[in-house]
Amino acid sequence: MDGDLVEVDGMSGGELVVIGNGMVGQRFVEALRARDTDRHWRVTVLAEESRPAYDRVRLSAFFDGVSAEELNLHTPDDGVELRLGEPATGIDRARRVVTTAVGEHPYDALVLATGSYPFVPPVDGADLPGVFVYRTLDDLEAIRAHAEGRRTGAVIGGGLLGLEAANALRLLGLATGVVEFAPRLMPVQVDEAGGAMLRRYVEELGVGTYLGVATTALRPGPDGTVGALELSDGRTVDAELVVVAAGIRPRDELARAAGLPVGPRGGVLVDVTCRTVDERIWAVGECAAVDGTCHGLVAPGYATAEVVADRLLGGSATFPGAESATKLKLLGVDVASFGDAHGTTPGCLDVTFTDPATRSYAKLVLSDDARTLLGGVLVGDASAYPTLRASVGGPLPAPPLALLAPAGGTGAGAGALPATAQVCSCNAVTRADVDAAIAGGAADVPTLKACTRAGTSCGSCVPMLKQLLDAAGVRQSTALCEHFDVSRQELFDIVRVRGIRTFSQLIAEHGRGRGCDICKPVVASILASLGTGHVLDGEQASLQDTNDHFLANLQRDGSYSVVPRIPGGEITPEKLIVIGEVARDFRLYTKITGGQRIDLFGARVEQLPQIWRRLVDAGFESGHAYGKALRTVKSCVGETWCRYGVQDSVGLAVALELRYRGLRAPHKLKSAVSGCARECAEARSKDFGIIATETGWNLYLGGNGGFRPRHADLFATDLSTAELVTLIDRFLMFYVRTADRLQRTAAWIEALEGGLEHLRAVIVDDSLGLCAELDAAMARHVAGYSDEWRDVLDDPERLRRFTSFVNAPDVPDPSISFAVERGQPIPARDSAAPAGGSTPAGDGRRRQPVTLGLPEVRR
Amino acid sequence: MNPTSTLDWTAVCQLHRLDPDRGAAALVDGVQVALFRTGDDLYAVDNLDPVGGAYVMSRGIVGSRAGVPTVASPLHKQVYDLRTGRCLERPDVSLRRHDVRCRDGLVEVRLRPAD
Repeated sequence: MDGDLVEVDGMSGGELVVIGNGMVGQRFVEALRARDTDRHWRVTVLAEESRPAYDRVRLSAFFDGVSAEELNLHTPDDGVELRLGEPATGIDRARRVVTTAVGEHPYDALVLATGSYPFVPPVDGADLPGVFVYRTLDDLEAIRAHAEGRRTGAVIGGGLLGLEAANALRLLGLATGVVEFAPRLMPVQVDEAGGAMLRRYVEELGVGTYLGVATTALRPGPDGTVGALELSDGRTVDAELVVVAAGIRPRDELARAAGLPVGPRGGVLVDVTCRTVDERIWAVGECAAVDGTCHGLVAPGYATAEVVADRLLGGSATFPGAESATKLKLLGVDVASFGDAHGTTPGCLDVTFTDPATRSYAKLVLSDDARTLLGGVLVGDASAYPTLRASVGGPLPAPPLALLAPAGGTGAGAGALPATAQVCSCNAVTRADVDAAIAGGAADVPTLKACTRAGTSCGSCVPMLKQLLDAAGVRQSTALCEHFDVSRQELFDIVRVRGIRTFSQLIAEHGRGRGCDICKPVVASILASLGTGHVLDGEQASLQDTNDHFLANLQRDGSYSVVPRIPGGEITPEKLIVIGEVARDFRLYTKITGGQRIDLFGARVEQLPQIWRRLVDAGFESGHAYGKALRTVKSCVGETWCRYGVQDSVGLAVALELRYRGLRAPHKLKSAVSGCARECAEARSKDFGIIATETGWNLYLGGNGGFRPRHADLFATDLSTAELVTLIDRFLMFYVRTADRLQRTAAWIEALEGGLEHLRAVIVDDSLGLCAELDAAMARHVAGYSDEWRDVLDDPERLRRFTSFVNAPDVPDPSISFAVERGQPIPARDSAAPAGGSTPAGDGRRRQPVTLGLPEVRR
Repeated sequence: MNPTSTLDWTAVCQLHRLDPDRGAAALVDGVQVALFRTGDDLYAVDNLDPVGGAYVMSRGIVGSRAGVPTVASPLHKQVYDLRTGRCLERPDVSLRRHDVRCRDGLVEVRLRPAD
């Protein structure tokens, strides 16, 4: 409130008002709050939308099922008052207040972060119902609602946003056309030849292209909403839904009304410090015309946010200049452009590379002496992008053709980059910054991301972070334990390729020592994944964790729990009764699990075969609750009963659970199938989750609950059941072969170089030529399945292990005894006096054991 | 703590009943003992997991750490030196050791008093 707080030139604090809560506005507030540890500034944010800041770059993910919450970028901050749905209506520079419909907000400093609005060409019919722009989540919701029941759509604008919108319409089931005034798609980013390659991809997806023509009018259909486009060449395009993506214009109306100068093409005019002519008013992001030029990408927007945050706290940052480099995947095609992509530098040379076989196109623009990289365009394969982009302005890191070699070429190593090269353009992180972090002790990619912010926005530079770690000589040890120098994946390949079937041979030839509780279960799991017989046969038995050794789950008192398989959670009354009878007869505590089955607790080792006998005779089998293996495939009741269901989710869940039962993996595997988008089976919290659509199944991969809950990512849509099963087969087998010990699918996908896209390349496009092998491995698993419980019951040698004491097999373990709680047996808690203080002291609720008349323990 | 201790050798089972690198529990004068056979060596320790408080040590995975023969608790994976009973991760914790030998193909155990 008190203007005296502020020294205008030093700008040390007071009331700070931010108009706009888009991506850049939010980034500015975060950057300021991170630096303003002494709380010099009280921050008020006035937002037009009713939602706090969200990730507009990933806006289209909304159509892939990503929720508004997941796109959220805003984290609550008690030092910031966020006023949603309260747009600024005016700025009174003399009184230093911002007005809104509700009231006035005084400021000592004001930051304009008002963004842009979509430009809609002034043609007839542009205001018809069914014509949309593509800017906010509200726009997307309206597009989805209007698309319902309609068949054709069109996009005006063939740039980056237009192609994204075209893909969205395609996903909504509309036959889609794109109209672009320029003679090629993405005219700003790619050259003619790149545009031609891009057009081939786009048309193969069934999207029509109308290039070099303007839209002259939009005509209504019979229902009064838009029905068709008229083009300047006389053609007409049917379109019951139209998205206008013809460019953006800065929102500078508040600044104009307040008498602030604007740039030659609009935008609030600011200097390189991002300050307007009014020393208390600043502008950031798309609404700012820095030295007269507006920038429409998020990276330069973030740069302006950082500059103003720095300046408001007495710093001297200036706008470093914009990089127009872009890499994105449009309609499944990688497109990248960077630097002087169009070769406008006088005397520059082009090196181009077109490969019709892989359908990739690349162009490098070099200086007249062919020594300095100036820019380039990549279409189809953009794997060289991170290194190339970072090399712009510097010497070529390798001969041009080596740089352009298709995926897998390692010519473009980050190790050759100069210290000043920008590794992460989203967050302006240079190689020197990364090297400094490595020198400071960052020894892996997650640590580098955390301390430099590199790779935290678009992620395209993550492979370079790895290369820079390598270049710095940081060895990320992959040794399993002291007995094996190799990783689990390498060990898996050794066992598979060399046909090794015993631990002793493996450790003699490829390890040292006697093994331990880390490597033995890993090898046990690998042998089991390769289908090498019963887990308790021969030497394998000694490798198993106690759970796998007794095919049951060890509990805190030394007893075990038993979980029979109930595929898909579907069970007959007869089988339910058997479970009840077994629990009653063996006095087992009984609980329904989260995976839609029933867990029976309190079984002693020697009771396990008797319990299994009863269950197996009634048609049950092991549920593998004890194994790092497939657990359950949970389901909702589906279309059979549910009014909303669109597919038979129970039927699919049962089929999947029976297909993958017993599959040993690096960690447990969970799955679920939902019969409609309401998602009652919680499939997105599973390693592989399936959600029914009207026409098939959507597959989500890499979810989990637990300590770090994570939603699965959409991997493929509208699959037939056969297509779905093939993808899951490959996903699981690839995971089983290549994941680290105890690495769940989410962490595994994250650690894959290229992440989900790489996984897609491997299991959909067969980029490694592995699919046939993965398919065959799964076929062997399915054919070789056998119930582990029944196999024990059928074999006296295996049964021999299920005794309490080697010298007193008929004496039950006297330490296991029970109290009763809520009508069920629970462990009695005083049988032993644990050392080491791990039990909570002063537990006044210790229960007395039930005396069983067992041998007295003498000490 | 308790002055009473058993000083006699008790025959427990035939050697071939112990699987290599896998434990077995035995009841010796009412005391639960975990027996291990690794290579040519036999080890006997309390079956009581001193941290978890359950009688489960015989079900742990047998292995080695830097050449030391070990067993890992199946409850929470603390690793113990089979020769001394010492916990490698927590110096304040150890397993009680017992004497064990093989005579004429028979495994014999002699209980040791608690320290």
